[in-house]
Amino acid sequence: MTDTEAHGPLVLVVDDEPQMRRFLRTSLAAHGHRVLEAATASEALMLASSHNPAIILLDLGLPDGDGLNVTRSVREWTQVPIVVISARGREDDKVTALDAGADDYLTKPFGVQELLARMRVALRHAAPGPPQQELTFGTLHIDLARRLVSRDGAEIHLTPIEYKLLTLLARHAGKVLTHRQILREVWGPGAVEQPHYVRVHMAELRKKVEPDPARPQWLVTEPAVGYRLREG
Amino acid sequence: MPQRRPDPDELLARIRSEGVRKTRAKLRIFFGFAPGVGKTFRMLQVAREAAAQGTDVLIGAVETHGRLETAALVEGLKVLPRLELQRGTATLDEFDLDTALRLHPQVLLLDELAHSNVPGARHTKRWQDVLELLEAGIDVYTTLNVQHVESLNDVVAQITHVQVRETVPDSILERADEIELVDLTPDQLLQRLKEGKVYLHDQAARAAQHFFQRGNLLALRELSLRRTAERVDAEVQAQRADLGIESPWRTNERILVCVGPAPASARLVRTTRRLAAGLHANWFAAYVESPLHPMSGADRARLDAHLRLVEALGGNVVRLAGTQVSVALLEYARKNNVTRVVIGKPTHSRFRDLIRGSVLDEVVRGSGDIDVHVVSADAPGPSQPATPPPKEVQHIAPYGLALFAVAGATGIGWLGRDFLISSDPIMLYLLGIMLVALRTGKGPSLLAAAASVAAYDFFFVPPFFTFAVSDIRHVLTFATMFVVGTAMSALMVRIRRQEQDARAREARTASLFSLSRDLSGARDEGAVAAILCDHVSRGFGGAVRIMAGQTGHLEEVAHTGDWHLDNADLGLMRWVVEQGRQAGQGTETLPGSRAICLPILQPHGGNAAIALRPADREALDGQALASLQAYVRQGALALERARLADVVNATELRAKTEEMRSSLLSAVSHDLRTPLAAITGAATTLRESGTSLQPSQRADLVDAICEEAERLERLVVNLLDMTRLATGQIRIKREWVPLEELTGTALNRLETALGKRPIAVSIPPDMPMLSVDPVLFGQLFVNLLENSVKYTPADSPLEIRAQWRPGVATIELIDHGPGLDPELAATAFDKFVRGQHTAVPGVGLGLAICKGIMEVHDGRISYEPTPGGGATFRLELPLLDKAPDITAAGTP
Repeated sequence: MTDTEAHGPLVLVVDDEPQMRRFLRTSLAAHGHRVLEAATASEALMLASSHNPAIILLDLGLPDGDGLNVTRSVREWTQVPIVVISARGREDDKVTALDAGADDYLTKPFGVQELLARMRVALRHAAPGPPQQELTFGTLHIDLARRLVSRDGAEIHLTPIEYKLLTLLARHAGKVLTHRQILREVWGPGAVEQPHYVRVHMAELRKKVEPDPARPQWLVTEPAVGYRLREG
Repeated sequence: MPQRRPDPDELLARIRSEGVRKTRAKLRIFFGFAPGVGKTFRMLQVAREAAAQGTDVLIGAVETHGRLETAALVEGLKVLPRLELQRGTATLDEFDLDTALRLHPQVLLLDELAHSNVPGARHTKRWQDVLELLEAGIDVYTTLNVQHVESLNDVVAQITHVQVRETVPDSILERADEIELVDLTPDQLLQRLKEGKVYLHDQAARAAQHFFQRGNLLALRELSLRRTAERVDAEVQAQRADLGIESPWRTNERILVCVGPAPASARLVRTTRRLAAGLHANWFAAYVESPLHPMSGADRARLDAHLRLVEALGGNVVRLAGTQVSVALLEYARKNNVTRVVIGKPTHSRFRDLIRGSVLDEVVRGSGDIDVHVVSADAPGPSQPATPPPKEVQHIAPYGLALFAVAGATGIGWLGRDFLISSDPIMLYLLGIMLVALRTGKGPSLLAAAASVAAYDFFFVPPFFTFAVSDIRHVLTFATMFVVGTAMSALMVRIRRQEQDARAREARTASLFSLSRDLSGARDEGAVAAILCDHVSRGFGGAVRIMAGQTGHLEEVAHTGDWHLDNADLGLMRWVVEQGRQAGQGTETLPGSRAICLPILQPHGGNAAIALRPADREALDGQALASLQAYVRQGALALERARLADVVNATELRAKTEEMRSSLLSAVSHDLRTPLAAITGAATTLRESGTSLQPSQRADLVDAICEEAERLERLVVNLLDMTRLATGQIRIKREWVPLEELTGTALNRLETALGKRPIAVSIPPDMPMLSVDPVLFGQLFVNLLENSVKYTPADSPLEIRAQWRPGVATIELIDHGPGLDPELAATAFDKFVRGQHTAVPGVGLGLAICKGIMEVHDGRISYEPTPGGGATFRLELPLLDKAPDITAAGTP
């Protein structure tokens, strides 16, 4: 079950499809991960508690209960990163899982590069380093201490909301944030049912920070889920 | 006599009726001529024999009257508990029909076929229970005395002078599979009576004195023997017909009886029934409705009763119209090969015949080769109508008007007495009488005539102010004045009634016409039901329900008026739907209901019923009921038509779906297989000869696998989207979204496919937010962009241009490629239509999905060529709601 390279991070793969597990096992092992496999929700919970994996890849459709319950149960005792894997057309499930504490999601089918990128982001956010004072994305520069944002060296004037929005996404760079999460962080818990707040301000923010607001490079929309600040 | 070949049609009919007889439940009647002959005893004996052979026998209702020998026979047989019905303070018990139907024994015993059920039972008569049991496939044994047979009812009354009210229609005797005569000589019966072996009701005990006389019993016995013989006779004839033997008494007689509202008509009907039975003839009862002789309410009720009697006795009712009774009657008789006409002896004076002409005389003269039977109508016999005629409402006001008119005429005459000649007051009085007759009825008119004569005498005939008459010649004036006055009033009343009738008829015709006109516009069953409901409610006044469905699963189809259906109403409707017969208020079945319910019988199935709860809580009279039936017949035809139309539509839809499925299959089989073939080929090459390949060749194969897999995915996604859109499984979740987010997301997703081509997006700064499903609308842009990418050169520019005006947003996606083939442009948004570049992969679903997405958003997609070459797709989306205030979003 485990790879010979015993030093890589331990990944718990939860999927009831043997073909999916086979693909993930082979690909992850080839990239230096150790892999644990579970086909059911109960098996997943057992392995998660006994082996303390570094990250969990969780399929939402499981035969003995859905992945959402696994997310909630796992979150009761650990902040281990969870990347949800689900089929297309189940956007609501994804959002629910993210709001319940999952860190990111991937839609089947996906390429291995995409998977590794998501896992990297999730692992990085799970082990936060010292709080950063400055963040850089391409030509975009954010100085958190001085509350300054600049592009190509030119300062950009942001409203307080736009600044909050940008820094929230920047602090979670690479990771998807749901509308609810953004609304709660920026506007407070009373506004979580107003996704158009985010949309309107995101449009304004893009006009200020994106080189071509019609084709956003950094502030990308995850349809029906939320937003993500793209890295690199 | 040589054997005659049986007529094939006859044979067929007989085989059918025999087939029916074999499968349907059997009715066995134990028939006697008087109480006490031992019918119940015999019935129980037969039942015991059947039970001993293992037949499931149940006693529904048997009266042992405390006789030990009868009670002993009940012993050991299953007995159905009686149903208890609460009526006011009294508890009545009755045969439990529903439980019997549920238990469904093979044979059910039900004493006293002529029994009238207690109020609250489903049917008014026990024989109706029996019919329902037979319908349900349960064999029934029952008992019956001859005096209860409807067609013999009046004869028995004449013999015994005892009026029997409880009767059984002859049709049920004809329905019987076996009639067993239980016979005893009158002497034996009288002996049993003396020994106290015959049980009699209290009230019957009084009549018994008269009833149980040797002479009566002999006559009754003869009647019962004859009735049984008649039946045996019919069986013999059937047997002979089987064998192809020409019957010596074979007749082709058809008898027509002329009925009217006169009480004697009931006797005519019964006589005709007996005559017809004796001659083995078909018989009809005709009623001639003449516009010259309109009927009063009481007459109408009596006529209805007579016509019901005809139906109960198995005759057919014919309603004729004509000004002359004899002409209409004979015309019908000739047309229908009637051989005999039965007509009543006139009861009125010759004098009336002189004035009005005699129907009898005319019929006899005009009958030609048709025999005319004239039947005595002297003894009215049991001719009381089944339902008492509704009393005509008496008001004081019209009489007041009559007196007022006379006073008015007197006043004018008195004031103008100096200018008028002596005959003028008479004219004034006649005018007054006419006015009264025009406005009121017979009574006030007569009063006006009488009062006029009196007033004229008092005021205008010397000596004045006395009723004394000095000149005897004035008496003639009075008499003439009275006769003219009454004649005029009679004429006026008649004209008025004719007018009322004509108006009512016209109203009925008009309403039927408007019903049929409205029904012809109805597209589906629901609309037909709603229209029928509405018209019935307006035409008859009251709340209406239409329910349809299978047994036990009735669903309301339409309703008008405020009416909460209770269990009784539901039970009524269920019964009507199941049995296909009318029931409820004013009928013989469930008469206690507050509504009348008619089945909506459609020629090719479909179970529905309509119930009317009249607003005035009065049962409908015969005419209104006939009118309601006409409404329902029209409704039934319209329902049938709508249902067939639905079937045709469904078939067309199925054909279309089938066609779509086959084109889907052919498209899918090609487009799915191609990438799969490429993937399989590349992958197997890598596995078999991976080591011998150049690194560049390996990379090429791997790229091919990835690309083809992506193509497959897009295909599957499109197919799934299309299926969900087509089957209406998509629930759109509208949210407020800025347009640039939708386009931006789509452009982002297609980043690689778009490559380096220039893309211009122009959205006005004040563009309102759109209320759309962000996922679907994003998909819409992805599909449109993909389409453009697919069909245009790699460096060709693309443009997205948005505009808006109050109420509508327009978004255009413009490319500068070859554009759509003009022939294809019209069908571009249909499924499986593809551009001429068949080398370009895809199933041709992209634009169909776009169209589907726009449709679920109540929007529109259209195509037009781009000036200078290329394709322009235009999206038009209604801006219905006011977009939320953006500034509000700025202040957390």
